[in-house]
Amino acid sequence: MTRIGLLMGATALVAAGAAYADGHSERGSDGQLNIIYWQAPSLLNPYLSGGTKELEAASLVLEPLARYDETGTMVPWLVDEIPTVANGGVSEDLTQITWTISEGIMWSDGTPLTAADAVFTWQYCTDPAGGCAQLSNYNGVSNVEAVDDSTIRITFDEPKPFPYGPFVGAQSPILQQAQFADCTGEAAPTCTEENFAPIGTGPFIVTDFKANDVATFEANENYRVASQPAFATVNFKGGGDAASAARSVLETGEFDYAWNLQVEPEILTQMEAAGQGEVVSAFGTSVERLMVNFTNPSADLGDERGTVAHPHPFLTDTAVTRALSLAIERNILVEAGYGAAGRPTCNVLPAPEVYASTNNDWCLEYNPDEANRLLDEAGWEMGDDGVRVKDGVRLSVLYQTSTNSVRQGTQALIKQMWEAIGVETELRNIDGSVFFGGDQSSPDTFQKFFADIEMYTNNFDGTDPEAYMGNWACSEIPSPDNLWLGNNMPRFCSEEYDAMVVEMSQTAALEDRAALAIAMNDMLMDAGAIIPLIHRGGVSARAASLEGVKMNEWDSELWNIAEWSRAE
Amino acid sequence: MSDQTRIVAEAVVEEDAPRSLGRDVWDQFTRHKGAMAGTAVFLFIVLAVIFGPLIHTIDPTYSDFRARNQGMSWAHPMGTDNLGKDMLAQVLQGGRTSLLVGVVAMAIAMFFGTLVGVLAGYFRRLDGPLMRLTDLFLALPILPLLLVIIMLFRDTLRSTFGPETGIFLLIVFIIGITSWMQTARIVRGDVLALKEREFVLAAKSIGTPAYRIILRHIMPNILSPIMVSATLGIATAIITESALSFLGLGFPSDFPTWGRLLYDGANFMTITPSRVFWPGLVLSLTVLSVNYIGDGLRDALDPHIRGR
Amino acid sequence: MFAFTIRRLLISIPTLLAISFIVFAILDLAPSDPTGNLPLTIPPEVRQQIRDSLGLDEPFPVRYALWLKQFFINEPLNLIEGWTGWQFGDGDRLRVTSWATRSPVVDLIIERLPQTLWVVGMSQVVAVIIAVPIGVISAYKQYSWFDQIGTFVSMVGFSIPTFFTGLVFIVFFSVQLQWFPSIYDTNHEVTDWDSFVFQIKQMIMPTMVLALATAAQLSRYMRASMLDNLQQDYVRTARSKGLTERVVVTIHVLRNSMIPVVTVIALNIPTIFGGAIITEQIFRVNGIGQLLIIGIQGADIPLVQTLTFIFAVLIVLFNLIADVLYGILDPRIRYE
Repeated sequence: MTRIGLLMGATALVAAGAAYADGHSERGSDGQLNIIYWQAPSLLNPYLSGGTKELEAASLVLEPLARYDETGTMVPWLVDEIPTVANGGVSEDLTQITWTISEGIMWSDGTPLTAADAVFTWQYCTDPAGGCAQLSNYNGVSNVEAVDDSTIRITFDEPKPFPYGPFVGAQSPILQQAQFADCTGEAAPTCTEENFAPIGTGPFIVTDFKANDVATFEANENYRVASQPAFATVNFKGGGDAASAARSVLETGEFDYAWNLQVEPEILTQMEAAGQGEVVSAFGTSVERLMVNFTNPSADLGDERGTVAHPHPFLTDTAVTRALSLAIERNILVEAGYGAAGRPTCNVLPAPEVYASTNNDWCLEYNPDEANRLLDEAGWEMGDDGVRVKDGVRLSVLYQTSTNSVRQGTQALIKQMWEAIGVETELRNIDGSVFFGGDQSSPDTFQKFFADIEMYTNNFDGTDPEAYMGNWACSEIPSPDNLWLGNNMPRFCSEEYDAMVVEMSQTAALEDRAALAIAMNDMLMDAGAIIPLIHRGGVSARAASLEGVKMNEWDSELWNIAEWSRAE
Repeated sequence: MSDQTRIVAEAVVEEDAPRSLGRDVWDQFTRHKGAMAGTAVFLFIVLAVIFGPLIHTIDPTYSDFRARNQGMSWAHPMGTDNLGKDMLAQVLQGGRTSLLVGVVAMAIAMFFGTLVGVLAGYFRRLDGPLMRLTDLFLALPILPLLLVIIMLFRDTLRSTFGPETGIFLLIVFIIGITSWMQTARIVRGDVLALKEREFVLAAKSIGTPAYRIILRHIMPNILSPIMVSATLGIATAIITESALSFLGLGFPSDFPTWGRLLYDGANFMTITPSRVFWPGLVLSLTVLSVNYIGDGLRDALDPHIRGR
Repeated sequence: MFAFTIRRLLISIPTLLAISFIVFAILDLAPSDPTGNLPLTIPPEVRQQIRDSLGLDEPFPVRYALWLKQFFINEPLNLIEGWTGWQFGDGDRLRVTSWATRSPVVDLIIERLPQTLWVVGMSQVVAVIIAVPIGVISAYKQYSWFDQIGTFVSMVGFSIPTFFTGLVFIVFFSVQLQWFPSIYDTNHEVTDWDSFVFQIKQMIMPTMVLALATAAQLSRYMRASMLDNLQQDYVRTARSKGLTERVVVTIHVLRNSMIPVVTVIALNIPTIFGGAIITEQIFRVNGIGQLLIIGIQGADIPLVQTLTFIFAVLIVLFNLIADVLYGILDPRIRYE
């Protein structure tokens, strides 16, 4: 294999000419790359499983038209330029976008990538019987057509100020029509062979896939850059836990790259001291936040529990929520659980830079005295048992989150900080598959929110916050009527906010969109619906000998794996 | 002691005073060095977890963030964890829960295991149904079962008994109900063999009722495996509890137990070894001491050995 | 004994059906959800569509009946086709398909059997080899230093959970000494001496961790049972007949002491196929135990149901074998 790789690399080199420009050696010359993902991918078709692990494993093979680089800037990938209104790629009325595929892009089987593949991909995902996990990327798309072999025109139902949903980013790569033609709709899950080894345009091709265990890849001979990838094979191992994945890169040196190391920072620091590798991190839009329940979760209310008919006895009082926020020393939370991969934040929308508000920075300062003063002023008097009371209502909260050692540490710290200002706190942790699952019969889902406060992380794909900020519209409130399907966990509802959601969907200019997003963020903060805690970054580890890693939180972490190489 | 002197000695004793069985057992037990040492250690641990928090008064849930990841010192004799909580206080507090869970859950498992095992082994008609029930329990996937039980009963128990007692009852019940099967199978196997022995056949032939045969002739002879099961059962229960809390199915996360301390501390093994050393040590000591007590009891209750 | 075995096998069928129904009901009732592990950026409506596409909108009895058909009719037919090359019908049968991987469950299990059998199976063998002699000697020389040390080591071994011993092994042997790999390579194939040595190296830590825990337990039962039997009258008879101590202990006492040990081993063999969840996770052996835990966490009902059912079959089977063995070890035990 290596010899063939060398030969092919050499021939391609003669044809392409200046591929040595970046100083790297030829394709396949650096041997094997060992990657460990402690959650193993279960298949390699990102449309059938929306998990991050599947998306990232598949990104070695499947590629979108454009993706985000490590700074969150959109970069052309299979096209020559990003269509905009200025260059005529996006129509004036914002209802059409036209992409032109670069010349000479080939699938790994040697056939050319055409616009028909993109059309097929859209049809594949929007087939109602297929259960496509990335459906929301094709929201509002009324048609995708192949104008000619290399031109894709996407039409939207209504003006789309941000038309870069379909075929951009790791969430919506292009599938090969020839391979998946018989796998649409109800047949999608039965195509095991295809889902385990999709044909792509990326730097690697799948040689073997063992679900939930290990995948092996080898360099794609038809990859468009003749000198890439530098590695001949990739061993993509999964399973175990984050700490031992970190150990295998940082201490034993068995692996070159380990993903998503959410481990207490002092453990990583100590492992890093062994000198085999280093920890890399990058920030995206993830925020660890406390959701504040504006409705009464008391079990006495029966079926009306957690619905807007019954406001919460004390959490709708902004003095209380503001005091709760002021009483949290966010720096300590960062130090205990996140280290370099976290920083305190006061916004639910912390990034990209243009969208980040600075109006809520009061919360960065840990100020229990001010918190006490606010509560005193609002009439919450300290009782004999150290818990504040007003009109017979005790400041006692049930605080739930998913099971995870860092989250339980954060919970314990916050409990202590709150009890110091007279707020009694009971902790509860729930298995992630129950908490984040939408099982109708379970009282423990984060949507039902039968607690006063709940903590988790959320983010949005790409860089446009429109859909994300829409999460807190009145219509998104989970209730028995919509089977608890909805993203507005705090049950925050404001006409003014809803109006801004509508306005944003009609605004095209970036500055105006940014101003709106900031105003919406501030409104949520002022109402006390959400108490942001930590702007979280991704943490990974790379071996000292691995070069070219550009940690990226806006796209797949392995987005530029073609450029990775082994140091001499 | 040779047989002859033993007979003489017994004769002398008999002349002395009528002796009760309990007295005999106790005498034999106190002569067993391992058992005495085990009892001492076990009592020490029990007393320590009951009265320790009165002497070492640091709140186990209080985190002194500036003093995190510390080794052993006078202020924190067992060091602190990564949130700055005092380990000694946590070990003491955790011991209360772990010991109680271990002993009660083990007792439940032993009771069911012995009951099912003896009934199945002795009464042929019950053998089939009871053993198929055992097969069913062995085959049940524990985790989903736990999720179902917790979902169905947590809120009811929480409102009836309060958050801590409610969860305690639930956990003890769950561990007990899912760990009796091995004991049942072992006991049944022994009973099957025992009931064909001469002394049982003899008892049967003179018309001794079944419950009497079971209590007087079968039970004393299956004590060994039950004792072993019980010893192992305490350790299993304590560890299972930690697995439950790890999965978010057990006690709230700020509620220390030995298994949980060990689990949380495992990754910090190379930073603060005292974090895993002490919980591991008390856990092993408890199991070890229970084992020796079990050995002593077994010897003391065994008529072949007693009086030798 | 033959009639007994046949009767027991027949009774097993309704038993297993009942077990499969109860397990399915529990899995269905359990509150975990197959979309629970997806990123939160996937909106609730899409999640609902995914659930529907998995068939979760069908009522419970329909799904159970479908599983029964797939497992008892379609899968065996497929296996037969695979072995013999015969063709039944159009060959286009719906197989039991895992929700998370969208691939046939049986294929997943077959893919994972080798590593589980190697590691977990070997650990049971090692455990028996260690435990039986220790148990015998400990009992024969009760309260000798050998017995004391054996007791001590096995109790410590049992009270320390495998997640901890596994980690200690890794820190010591992989990080400090760099002797053994901390991650098991499931793609490794034994072709020559060197690759065999590597296979042994990567098996040693997971096997020992498991074997220590099992051996601790087994040796305790062995010792207790030996102690009971050494007191029996037949031992005195055998000795007085002039048999050597060796014969008395190894032939007479050992054989009669095996009943509880056989029970424990019979209970352990199905767990070999069930894999060892924690140990497999720590060393990334990724065998059946890891498959099961991932299935449970991802609420992958077809996968968990099938694995549990195969597990139940093995339990019933090995308990039957144990019952037959009781009769062989102690001919007085009769089942009519």
